[in-house]
Amino acid sequence: MNNSIAKEKIISLRKKRSLEDMRFKYYGFTAMCLSLAVLVFLLYTIFSKGYTAFQKTIVLLEVDYNQEVLKLTPDSSDEDMEKGKFFRVKKQAIENFFPDLSKSDIKLVKKLFSINVDKEIKDYFLDNPEVINTKQQIWVTAHSDVDQLLKGNLRRDVPEDRRKLNDIQLSYVDQLVEENRVKQVFNNFFFTKADSRHPEIAGVAGSFMGSLFTLFTVFILSFPIAIGASVYLEEFAPKNRITELIEVNISNLAAVPSIVFGLLGLGVLLNVFGLPRSTPLVGGSVLALMTLPTIIIACRASLKAVPPSIKEGALAVGATKTQAVFHHVVPLALPGTLTGTIIGLAQALGETAPLIMIGMIAFIPNIPTGLTEPSAALPVQIYLWVESAERGFQEKSAAAIMVILIFLFMMNAIAVFLRNRFERKW
Amino acid sequence: MFFWSLVLIAVGIFSSFIYGRSRIKLNSKKQGTKSKSLPNYYAQYVLMWCLFPALIVYFSWAIFQEQIIQNIVISNFEFIEGAVYNEGLLLAEIRNVANNPSFADGKSIEIINAASHYSSLRQISQISFYTSIIIIMLLGALYASQKLKPEFHAQHTIEKYIQYILIFCSSVAIFTTIGIVFSLIFESLRFFAEVSIFEFLFSTEWYPFIPIREGQTAAEGSFGAVPIFAGTFLVMVVAMCVAVPLGLLTAIYLAEYASQRVRKIVKPLLEILAGIPTIVYGFFAFVSVAPFVKAFGQSIGIDASPTSALAAGMVMGVMIIPFISSLSDDVINSVPQSLREASLGIGANKAETIKKVILPAALPGIVGAFLLAISRAIGETMIVVVAAGTAPNLTGNPFENVTTVTVQIVVALIGDQEFDNPRTLSAFALGLVLFVITLFLNIIALQIVKRYRERYE
Repeated sequence: MNNSIAKEKIISLRKKRSLEDMRFKYYGFTAMCLSLAVLVFLLYTIFSKGYTAFQKTIVLLEVDYNQEVLKLTPDSSDEDMEKGKFFRVKKQAIENFFPDLSKSDIKLVKKLFSINVDKEIKDYFLDNPEVINTKQQIWVTAHSDVDQLLKGNLRRDVPEDRRKLNDIQLSYVDQLVEENRVKQVFNNFFFTKADSRHPEIAGVAGSFMGSLFTLFTVFILSFPIAIGASVYLEEFAPKNRITELIEVNISNLAAVPSIVFGLLGLGVLLNVFGLPRSTPLVGGSVLALMTLPTIIIACRASLKAVPPSIKEGALAVGATKTQAVFHHVVPLALPGTLTGTIIGLAQALGETAPLIMIGMIAFIPNIPTGLTEPSAALPVQIYLWVESAERGFQEKSAAAIMVILIFLFMMNAIAVFLRNRFERKW
Repeated sequence: MFFWSLVLIAVGIFSSFIYGRSRIKLNSKKQGTKSKSLPNYYAQYVLMWCLFPALIVYFSWAIFQEQIIQNIVISNFEFIEGAVYNEGLLLAEIRNVANNPSFADGKSIEIINAASHYSSLRQISQISFYTSIIIIMLLGALYASQKLKPEFHAQHTIEKYIQYILIFCSSVAIFTTIGIVFSLIFESLRFFAEVSIFEFLFSTEWYPFIPIREGQTAAEGSFGAVPIFAGTFLVMVVAMCVAVPLGLLTAIYLAEYASQRVRKIVKPLLEILAGIPTIVYGFFAFVSVAPFVKAFGQSIGIDASPTSALAAGMVMGVMIIPFISSLSDDVINSVPQSLREASLGIGANKAETIKKVILPAALPGIVGAFLLAISRAIGETMIVVVAAGTAPNLTGNPFENVTTVTVQIVVALIGDQEFDNPRTLSAFALGLVLFVITLFLNIIALQIVKRYRERYE
């Protein structure tokens, strides 16, 4: 009697306990899945918002390259050609874009075109000077508002006064679509142009080059210093308080917020040393100091992984300590140090706050060509575009994020490849 | 200019190396004795004596040239009596005219004069720069070649030099810390000269006033940072509420339940989450989470602002998940297997083992991980800049706009920076607070983790 009750109790208790076990496991599993789901959702958001930026809208425009309007003759020299009155040609083309346009309508039509159209009309002519005195159908870039409308990002159902395009302009666009005078093509501007106030001609080329120059500076500064520091700490440093101080310093620097490094750059590099503002040189120096601890920790780990027998072997055949370390230990640790450096560079590539502090947030409409020229950087460009009120910049920021993520992915892939290819198991 | 001088230095060190090598061979042949070290060491010796003085000249020129030239130009500038000058703007103008003669139209005569003075100084500086680099390299090589005798222990000297270089490399970390501390303290002192430290720490009014017209003094603004600290704290709490349960449970699942295959797939995926730049999380918060939070707030009858502590905090929490999970994973894995086996041996199931044995044993390490995570959340910038807003709001309502220390630093330093204005300087005072708090958290956390590791080793 008693026995069976006790048995039942035990069985029910065991059931309860194993249920509890199951539940706990389930919690953990859910937590893990939730974290990964956020990752998927994040990537999905970026992709769905950004893929449209790789396309731009172009409009078919009939341009009359009349020599009188241009104030050119068929045998004008190249220099004169440059000075042709292309804006007049453009004005004429827009006036005749639809039949019978009134003055106020022309203004509305003009807003359907990008500011870049002048240059496109001119470039077309300079490439084909024989078109003088002929009418040409050329595809020119549409204004960002038209582009956004056709991509479905500009809603038609909001009241007219809160819309970028008014009803007449909407009807124009619809007419263009009907007549097949508008189409979407690959957006080469996104990869060849620098930042611009006009979304349709803004690109990542400028900020990408800026990031590249910055990373170059980071590499040049941090790689040798990190190797030197880690070789010293791992192989030569005597065990004393100074060494300990250095080690504590490195581990604390690794956890200092990046924005504080930005303040260091502003307070010391710009204000005390007077280095040029907004340049990859300063940005790279700040990021090098910031990533140094990461790289030093990775380098030390790979130096530690080289078995002591190798160094001892070198010492035994008469090498000095310096020779043993630099001829035998360091070359064997090199793949590991490179991997660590690349991971540090990847960290530097995505860092935004310190660059804002040292002024790499300025609006730079041209592509930088050197370390001491003002330039933007990819993450700061993303920030500028996210903050921008203009609708057309949002897809640009998502697309720029895709570019930066692809580069991060490639850098990490190279790091993993190096590790797998060259790392030796002892 | 600096690129070509690098080429010059490269040519210099290459020829000095060749010179050193051939010279020692010649000398030892002349004396008929073998040199004490291999010829390459003598060559390196000459090279170092060529390279390092040149580098010192190079860097001091790069750092000081512009400043010295500007000082000379300004001190020789023909100021007109009574006119007010802004030195920074004036210099920018002079430089523009000097670099771009087309800008000279319409500029006053003293600016054009100063610009030509500036250009001529730059030219002089450039010529003397190249000559001094060449001279210093020659002097270095000359000094070194005196020592190129067979009985000279070149290898010992070189190894000593290498030691010095390595010591210099490792002390960069110390210099960095000193640089951070000094720049923060120095600028903060300037800030506290105008704003009292008690007002900064205890007043609840953050209204960084910018004087627009003359006669208004900057100190009329109030710099009470309490709302900023409160906002930082609120965002941090929201972030930890998301990150702690998710991160810790993920770590437990991965460490105790998951099969080897799942671990192999999930861990790199979490590393991706950790490697995503923070501005990307900011974009995500701004585009997806903040509108969602706003809609959610409206559906339960709370008026949520488009940027809120909740949106920023939640996304920041997601950012910290991999940080907590990987640290906790390490900690849980370093709990000795014998504890697990003993618990399972007396009949406890897995959940009981984890809750009653492993977590208590791993607690110090996990607490350390949390402290590190808090320090990251406080120092995180881009997510809050994009998604939390800039209005200093003393509130506990996570649906409202709040601002954080990092946001205020960015806001104070975007745009014109004038270092005589407390608004700009306030960034350094806030930075100092941030630095001290995160340093404090890190030291405690690292101590706890270290002690914990020692216990089980």
